[in-house]
Amino acid sequence: MPRTRVEPRFQIDYLSILDSDGILDDALDPDIPPDLLQRMYRAMLLGRRLDERMVRLQRQGRIGTFAPIKGQEAAQIGSVATLTPRDWMVPSFRETAAMLWRGWPIEKMLMFFAGYLEGGSPAPGQRDLPITIPVATQLPHAVGLAYAAQYRDDDAVVMAYFGDGATSEGDFHEAANFAGVWHVPVVFVCQNNQWAISVPFKKQTHARTIAQKALAYGFPGIQVDGNDLLAVYAVTKEAVDRARNGDGPTLIECVTYRLGVHTTADDPTKYRSEDEVKAWEKKDPLTRLVPYLERKGLRTSGVEEELDAEIAAAVERFEAAPAPDPLMVFDHVYAERPPHLDRERSEMMERLAEVTPGRGDDGTDTTSLPMRGQRMTRR
Amino acid sequence: MARLNMVKALNLALLQEMERDDDIVIIGEDVGVDGGVFRVTEDLHRKFGGKRVIDSPLAEAGIIGTAVGMALYGLKPVCEIQFSGFAFQCFHQIENHAARYRTRTQGRLTVPMVIRMPFGGGARALEHHSESEEQFYAHIPGLKMVIPSGPRNGRALLVSALRDPDPVIFFEHKALYHAAKDEVPEESETMPLGRAVVDREGRDLTVIGWGGMMRVAREAADTLHAEDGISVELIDLLTIAPLDAQTLIASAQKTGRILIVHEAPKSFGPGAEVVASIMEGAFLSLEAPIRRVTAYDVPFPGFAREKANVPDAARVVAVARETLAY
Repeated sequence: MPRTRVEPRFQIDYLSILDSDGILDDALDPDIPPDLLQRMYRAMLLGRRLDERMVRLQRQGRIGTFAPIKGQEAAQIGSVATLTPRDWMVPSFRETAAMLWRGWPIEKMLMFFAGYLEGGSPAPGQRDLPITIPVATQLPHAVGLAYAAQYRDDDAVVMAYFGDGATSEGDFHEAANFAGVWHVPVVFVCQNNQWAISVPFKKQTHARTIAQKALAYGFPGIQVDGNDLLAVYAVTKEAVDRARNGDGPTLIECVTYRLGVHTTADDPTKYRSEDEVKAWEKKDPLTRLVPYLERKGLRTSGVEEELDAEIAAAVERFEAAPAPDPLMVFDHVYAERPPHLDRERSEMMERLAEVTPGRGDDGTDTTSLPMRGQRMTRR
Repeated sequence: MARLNMVKALNLALLQEMERDDDIVIIGEDVGVDGGVFRVTEDLHRKFGGKRVIDSPLAEAGIIGTAVGMALYGLKPVCEIQFSGFAFQCFHQIENHAARYRTRTQGRLTVPMVIRMPFGGGARALEHHSESEEQFYAHIPGLKMVIPSGPRNGRALLVSALRDPDPVIFFEHKALYHAAKDEVPEESETMPLGRAVVDREGRDLTVIGWGGMMRVAREAADTLHAEDGISVELIDLLTIAPLDAQTLIASAQKTGRILIVHEAPKSFGPGAEVVASIMEGAFLSLEAPIRRVTAYDVPFPGFAREKANVPDAARVVAVARETLAY
């Protein structure tokens, strides 16, 4: 028998609609409704302004380590905007803009990065998972959610976020494989921002694209200019529609760039050149969008000021809030507190009463200790 | 009432709970058409179909990770890890997520699920098929760790685990699957999680065990009674975590002499926690140092040598006599 070709189809598309010079491919313009487009631009800008504010808050010691998103606003908003509230969003830890879009209040994001788990609790009925830190481990959860939705005849779609580094993890493989076998409504959105801390994409995989990995799992993968809001939106909408129509998963690789640090604990000058960053700054997802909005007559003035005021008010509310009670660490370990945790809770309560005069016997904190960040504001 | 071995008794628990609650789905390797390599899920695929009894790809992290997602949605997955020795490939999903989701979201999102794993020696199996790792799970806040010792309590505890709002690790000792039969009532029964039982009342010495070691402990108690006239109190832990310290302390106060039998290696093992709990609650009642009879601190040997590694009644009797003579 001769050698025969069993898989002749292997091609990966790359979609760009509005390029970094602001040149638009009219034929491909997804014609996002004006209201939505304005909201999306506003959300990108909010993501950028909050990001910059949070980096400063971290530098001032008012929140802890934080993973900035600067440069990835289009990848996040272009994709998340295709979901309805009935759909599920599964983030990793660098999806601030997408999470704000889904309704997470700024204060909660600040709480989370100030070291309080209260920041990780979605609102009742909100179909979002909280920030997940161990890389790629959230991806099987997304597939399980999608399986459950299908099992319950719920037409919800699940969108899962991760980075280029995550595609090296076993959980990426297992999640993608299960998604393919089960043919579930999940959209994998990889923000390939070129760097997993200090390790560049070419050391992460010898494959030319991440998108092509989907083919091995039996579903489509597509690469898109991740800094092009229009292209990300067009590709994701198609994937979400496919998923909702029962056509299974899609892997979207958003080619983007982390313009800032990995986290506020990182110094990227150790591993990448200024020139590289400058080249990507020219491809900024926000910059190219402004002339597009102007051409459509959708650019309104004063948005930056509005957003800054919104952020300032949220920071103020966050810092004015009383410190959450330390005793609550015992409250949600199990549905019902077992005896050994009752004992440990009593022990902590007694100790707190000793070191915190004015603390109520019932464990309520009457002195309103400053939060971790607040203490350092008196510089 | 029917006389059932543990495989049939666990199967009955799954069948009845699946009839009662259509949120329950089973997921694992070979659990569907094949009925599980130990046949615990036999016939369930035929009764409930492939959507509810899922033959998953061969991937432990995928099984636990997708089950976490199903549980977050509101289903109640029952995962089977084919052998507990393979669970290291999903340990991160259990520790990072199954155990923590309730805490992470302040009770907003929870993951009620049951993770079943055959464990323990005596099945003459190759490497990684015979270990006892209950201490790893018992150490993780947010998990419950349950180990039945026979068909009837296995069935009742599995029903309780399936109705529990928290993630439960459910260890099934392979050597017990076909070892003995119990009268198991047709109507569903439960046993509280987090509660040890006094398996046999006694005055002179308390022997604490669980899972496959209860057979060894009972045999040793019989010998001590017959040959030495010793009255042994036997405690079957049933739930390793959260530990029922109260029952252990009460027995220590009564007998003053304690011996723990387990199949996991000794150092930093589950017995150490039992010792510490008794020391904290009944120190002044103790007449002798608490002793542990366990597997040795070596990787579980090939099955040709497993009998020498796992505690047997003779070792328990010998150590019991030292404790009694102290």
